[in-house]
Amino acid sequence: MQSSNNLILKTTTTIIVFVILAFSVNMLFSGHNAPGGGFIGGLMGAGGFLLLYISYGLQPVHRILPINFTYMIAAGLLIAVLTGAGSFLLGVPFLSHTFAYFHFPLLGKTELATAMLFDLGVYLTVIGVTMTIILSIAEDKIEREAEEGN
Amino acid sequence: MLHFYIFLPFLAALLIGISAKRVSRIHTGWFVLPVPVVLFILFSTKMPILAEGKIVQSVANWIPSLDIQLSFYLDGLSMLFSLLITGIGSLVVLYSIFYLSKKEQLVHFYVYLLIFMGSMLGVVLSDNVFVLYTFWEFTSISSFLLIGFWFYREKSTYGAQKSMLVTVFGGLSMLGALILLSITAETNSIRTMIANRSEIIESNLFIPILILLLLGAFTKSAQFPFHSWLPDAMEAPTPVSAYLHSATMVKAGIYLVARFSLIFSGSDEFFIIVSGIGLITLCIGSFLASRQTDLKGILAYSTISQLGMIMTMLGFGTGAAALAAIFHIFNHATFKGSLFMIAGIVDHETGTRDIRRLGGLYTFMPISATLAFFGAFSMAGIPLPIFNGFLSKEMFFDSSLKLEQTSGFAGLFAEWAPILAVIGSIFTFVYSMYLVFGTFTGKAKLGQLEKKPHEAPIGMLISPIILIVFVVLVGLLPNLINEPLLAPAVASITGDFAITHLAFWHGFNTPLYMSLIVVVIGTILAFTLKKWQPIYNAIPGKFSSDYWYQSLINGLLKFSSVFTKSYMTGSLRLYTSIILVFLTASTSIFIYVTDGFKISFDDLAPVTWPEVLVGFVMAVAAIATIWMTQRIAAIIVIGVVGYGLSLLFVFFRAPDLALTQLIVETITVALFLLCFTHLPKLKKSDKKSSEKLVDFVIAASTGALLTIVAISSHSSKYFDSIAKYFVDNSYELGGGDNIVNVILVDFRGLDTLFEIAVLGLAALGIFAMIKYRDKGDMNH
Repeated sequence: MQSSNNLILKTTTTIIVFVILAFSVNMLFSGHNAPGGGFIGGLMGAGGFLLLYISYGLQPVHRILPINFTYMIAAGLLIAVLTGAGSFLLGVPFLSHTFAYFHFPLLGKTELATAMLFDLGVYLTVIGVTMTIILSIAEDKIEREAEEGN
Repeated sequence: MLHFYIFLPFLAALLIGISAKRVSRIHTGWFVLPVPVVLFILFSTKMPILAEGKIVQSVANWIPSLDIQLSFYLDGLSMLFSLLITGIGSLVVLYSIFYLSKKEQLVHFYVYLLIFMGSMLGVVLSDNVFVLYTFWEFTSISSFLLIGFWFYREKSTYGAQKSMLVTVFGGLSMLGALILLSITAETNSIRTMIANRSEIIESNLFIPILILLLLGAFTKSAQFPFHSWLPDAMEAPTPVSAYLHSATMVKAGIYLVARFSLIFSGSDEFFIIVSGIGLITLCIGSFLASRQTDLKGILAYSTISQLGMIMTMLGFGTGAAALAAIFHIFNHATFKGSLFMIAGIVDHETGTRDIRRLGGLYTFMPISATLAFFGAFSMAGIPLPIFNGFLSKEMFFDSSLKLEQTSGFAGLFAEWAPILAVIGSIFTFVYSMYLVFGTFTGKAKLGQLEKKPHEAPIGMLISPIILIVFVVLVGLLPNLINEPLLAPAVASITGDFAITHLAFWHGFNTPLYMSLIVVVIGTILAFTLKKWQPIYNAIPGKFSSDYWYQSLINGLLKFSSVFTKSYMTGSLRLYTSIILVFLTASTSIFIYVTDGFKISFDDLAPVTWPEVLVGFVMAVAAIATIWMTQRIAAIIVIGVVGYGLSLLFVFFRAPDLALTQLIVETITVALFLLCFTHLPKLKKSDKKSSEKLVDFVIAASTGALLTIVAISSHSSKYFDSIAKYFVDNSYELGGGDNIVNVILVDFRGLDTLFEIAVLGLAALGIFAMIKYRDKGDMNH
């Protein structure tokens, strides 16, 4: 995943990454009513980030997007657990979900579900997991090659 | 009150353990001594009650729901044993005060000894069989601790381990017998069992109960062929040998047989097993005793043979034999205890117990020598009425002559019993003479001794003197203990209270002639001992019980090691094969036995050509993976299976699954490619074709099995799926149209929560494995 001077790849990446990430977010939000959901969305999002890393290399991407994906796992799990624990406040069992319809300006009639928050937790965890695994292995490989080079 | 008697030693052990180290100037034994003395006095005060034929008892609850009560009772038999335990216990504690120096770990010694004393009291006083068993194992454990008291000596630990294995083996079989007894008799109380003994005798569990119970008694009392632990237990300090391995613990088995003989006695099996084993033990023990060169070794074999004699008398089951057995229990405890103590004195004052290096000690230690002569003559049964051993031996001969068994094998055996008794007694005579004359007469070999021998301090001599006084006193006036002690004890074995007058002198009768034969032949053999001693070397080692014990243990260790190594090879391949074979075999047998295979063609979806095509490609790819010679190729071909699966998901209308499968498959393949570049090239399998065939058979049968299971489970649906509920309520309750997603996050959200937790852990695991991989090397 070293940066190369592949101009075509870099140019297409800049366009495609946004499409992928937008699709991933779309999957997350539409998951309740159409195929998709946190898991697929998360994997798709991770795919988008991966594409960035592949075309630009580890260091440059890390400078632009200083995200610690390991923390993202924790954040995702925390959100999922807290969503579940939130039902205690209303005196119902763990992980009970509810939903309601609201009218927003611009969006019109919109459904808001607590399950969505839970899915967000899944989404973040999956991105964090995938990126942590792949980046750990990749960084290790680069370090090793650097050592062998010396 | 009996509870207090039994738990006093335990309480004292606790107190000594806590406090004795604070008073280091005074020998710990002085604090222990009052315990058995007080108990002895307390028990003695109950004697008049027993002499009237009554008993003392007390009950407390322990585990009421299992009908296990701490119920104790004191009858004649218990009284005899209690007095032996506390009386000889007092003498042994007194003796050990002078025997053990203050440098030894005295606290340990006395704590173990007190625990032993308390549990032994518990054994002889318990009425509940499970309480009896509890105390029984306590005696095994405390005996184990005492034998291994000098734990830094290899022989001590070996002896301790051996005695533990043998006695616990017997203890567990005894537990089996007790459980069977309590089931058969529907009670846990010994006295109720005896009252309902016809139920036990008539039940078809009678023989198993008898054999298991006798196994317990024989191992504890060192009967043939379990006797070999006792000589090895002689590595214990001498007070322990005197107490446990002559007077008390080894008589626990005797006690057990005596206690239950009201149930069993009268049956031919009981007679043949108990008397037969007893006689064999008597002869073998006394024969092997003269072979020993260690004083305590001689005494150990002598104990074995004397216990065999007592066992024989209990097996006879007649009133006279019971009296003789009880009388001999008492006599043996007195003279054997004193002989052990004298052996300890000799060891203590000369530095050796090897009879080949001893001799002529009479002039150096006259008191000990006199005591030893009294003890040994009593043991040999010299026909002089001043020795109690003579009286009980006469009674033994007498009872062996008056056996009532007349028919069958038992009758044949009964005819031989007196002859065997005489043979055993001849050798008893020989080793007794060998013991005292070898040690105290002849030429002194001072050069071979570590210390210059001299008389022991008076404190060490008090205990054997008291015991020898009893030997002579009871020899002269047997009725002194007959009425208060022996008669009630015999009553608990035979069931009726009758005082037999013990004659001081029987007059000229057959038993006396038998005794004279013993003395004449014994004297000849004793004088010519040196000439015929080589006979012992002619006996091959294979006939000794030590040899069998050792080969059993070695064989067991070897077998388990070979067996474990045969399948725990460390090869994951082998473990996988074993798991698969077990899975396949057990499931197929289950399906076969329950007739579980079903196939039905109802409710099948139509098969379409695209599905067939994709399935075919997947199968080809899966099989092709086996023949790939490069990893990369194998990964990519495996990828075909994964993508094919996601296509099948599309055909089966599972869009979420298809999407997830597609992306997961891509990432997996990418990760495989990333990692497997590090690995060396695939080696060509060097397996033989036969091994390959085995692998193929295992794989094929597992596959076939899973196919059968899948077909059968699809063909046998016993109730409707719950899927309809999700379909109906997904929108109503979950607020979503995507049923899969609603199930994942709402209906079954907990599963998802833990699945993402698993993912998170996996990521952290990989992170940690990679990032901290070299840390270990850096710290070194």
